[in-house]
Amino acid sequence: MADVAVVGFAQAPNVRATHGTTNGVEMLVPIFQEVLAGTGLSTSDIGFWCSGSSDYLAGRAFSFIAAVDAIGAFPPINESHVEMDAAWALYEAWVKIRTGEVDTALVYGFGKSSAGDLRRTLALQLDPYTTAPLWPDSVSIAGLQARLGLDSGAWTEEDMAAVAARSLASAGPGAQRSGKVEVADLLAEPYVADPLRKHDCAPITDGAAVVVLAGADRARELHERPAWITGLEHRLESGSLGARDLLRSPSTTAAARAAGTDGVELAELHAPFTHQEIVLRRAIGLGDDVEINPSGGPLCGNPMFAAGLARIGEAASRVMSGAAERVLAHATSGPALQQNLVCVMEGRS
Amino acid sequence: MLPQNREHVSLQFVTGLSEPLSAPLEVGFDYTRSLGPVHSRFATELSRRRIVGVRGSDGRVHVPPIEYDPDTAAPLDEFVPVGSQGTVVSWSWMPEPLEGQPLQHPFAWALVLLDGADTPVLHAVDVGSPEDIRTGMRVQVRWAEQRGGGIRDIACFEPATGTPAAPDEAEPEPVTMITAPVHLHYQHSASPEESRYLRGLAEGRLLGQRCPQCGKVYIPPRGACPTDGVPTEEEVELPDTGTVTTFCIVNVPFLGQRITPPYVSAYVLLDGADIAFLHLVLGCDAADVRMGMRVRAQWKPREEWGYTLQNIDHFRPTGEPDAPFESYAQHL
Repeated sequence: MADVAVVGFAQAPNVRATHGTTNGVEMLVPIFQEVLAGTGLSTSDIGFWCSGSSDYLAGRAFSFIAAVDAIGAFPPINESHVEMDAAWALYEAWVKIRTGEVDTALVYGFGKSSAGDLRRTLALQLDPYTTAPLWPDSVSIAGLQARLGLDSGAWTEEDMAAVAARSLASAGPGAQRSGKVEVADLLAEPYVADPLRKHDCAPITDGAAVVVLAGADRARELHERPAWITGLEHRLESGSLGARDLLRSPSTTAAARAAGTDGVELAELHAPFTHQEIVLRRAIGLGDDVEINPSGGPLCGNPMFAAGLARIGEAASRVMSGAAERVLAHATSGPALQQNLVCVMEGRS
Repeated sequence: MLPQNREHVSLQFVTGLSEPLSAPLEVGFDYTRSLGPVHSRFATELSRRRIVGVRGSDGRVHVPPIEYDPDTAAPLDEFVPVGSQGTVVSWSWMPEPLEGQPLQHPFAWALVLLDGADTPVLHAVDVGSPEDIRTGMRVQVRWAEQRGGGIRDIACFEPATGTPAAPDEAEPEPVTMITAPVHLHYQHSASPEESRYLRGLAEGRLLGQRCPQCGKVYIPPRGACPTDGVPTEEEVELPDTGTVTTFCIVNVPFLGQRITPPYVSAYVLLDGADIAFLHLVLGCDAADVRMGMRVRAQWKPREEWGYTLQNIDHFRPTGEPDAPFESYAQHL
């Protein structure tokens, strides 16, 4: 089957609220133009389009259909959509290229979280019979997971604050949050949902991201140093929160083992809460020498349904620029790291 | 230059344009859920103040019961009674409860391991402050007065005080269905292009926009031309006359219908536009409406105008000769 590589990446600025519509067109048009200009492709060159977004975030049925306007979808295009983070749309596109059906794909994700009440909306990811009727919000559930680790000694509040401080210090220019902060100062802040402080939680973010994939021959034409995907796997855990081992992330471990993570130099981890980055590092088995989230990661901007795809794009960019040889990207979906995807990429001379 | 703090970037500041229109959007539905044998058993037992779990393939007792084993996917049906008291396994503090949550004053969310269970249940614990709860604390169910609603039969948990309340001995009616209301609140924003169109309508004007690449005129204008994927830019004011491209006669009554059938829903292509929109054609017998018929907008009285195409009550025939088929053949 065909090798597949990332050959382009762009993302919209991560902001707390845009004036744009929930169909994402205003965020998508500029980044489509950016990524197409960067690869030298035109819309008619793209073999397959795949997106990730959510009607619940938009408050509109079939909201992703309007986003197709941003493509210029005439003559008709080969298109698909997942109601998940667009990292899973990338998985679908990767399969499409692997099977030889197409040789290029453009994957995009977008979300306008500011339109509704994100903490409540995410409650609808939970079991609809025994959990969602209580409306447990996403931050409270993360808090339950965080305390399990604090009580058991698996991590401390200092460990969590250190994740936030490192992330904020390395945030890139399009980040929503950034800055140099001391762990001690972070720990002096009040709880927003004991045991979580503001710095432990990803901000609510509007944003969008786009990645271009290509099969072996096209990839070499489109980029002098493509980021070749050597492993792409995803796994999920039970929908019953109580039945899961929340201290570890068995689905991440299984995906990472199947993908093959030996020799990765850096990892972009989709951890919307500080303690979840600690869970993920251990689940994948990343050593202290592996650089984590050089982009700043989701704690500096977490556009729903795009942030996982952006992790893949950020990690791939560092291969494409020649800054790294072998990298890992992770995406998550669902409550408390229920579903996890691991993508390993490398440069080739 | 963008301001340093990107949290609230004003569009007016960046582009000099007026802010897009926005309005509250309420989305709500009362989902009725058939429970199936496992959830039905759980809900039926709750209705008489009993709690059952189900034994998994590995012997663990799951509460709430689950239909299939998380490891082996085997269907599960061995129900096991568990206690109504238990131990807090983890908790987080909810200082400002959200709509729909079990308590509307500050409370703790907790994972509670009920006596006899092996997996914890997520629910609320009614304590006054975070100082009043800790991992390992004993808690008990506070039952809802009205039961038969599944997990909400447990109003919340509270610190354990001694003997749990006795279950009802009467044989209950089986609970086979629950109602789960979902109500979400949004602030819906129109795009800048839609906002200019809607503001035009409020002044009795019909404003479209032309695609800079293919030259087509869209009304309503769009953030991107669906053919070329580029924003439409040039504003085009259109007349309130047009042509019926296609139509249907509505004969079926439905909830919320404002006009007595039969009446005509038609696609109207305004003169100078390249896309038709759906509106009503009234003012003649439904049977007389035809493709190519020339129509004009019948505006409501000016004092009723708002930011809506409903400012046009309907379209009515102008009496002109029909437009030739070729003039709208590309717009069907």
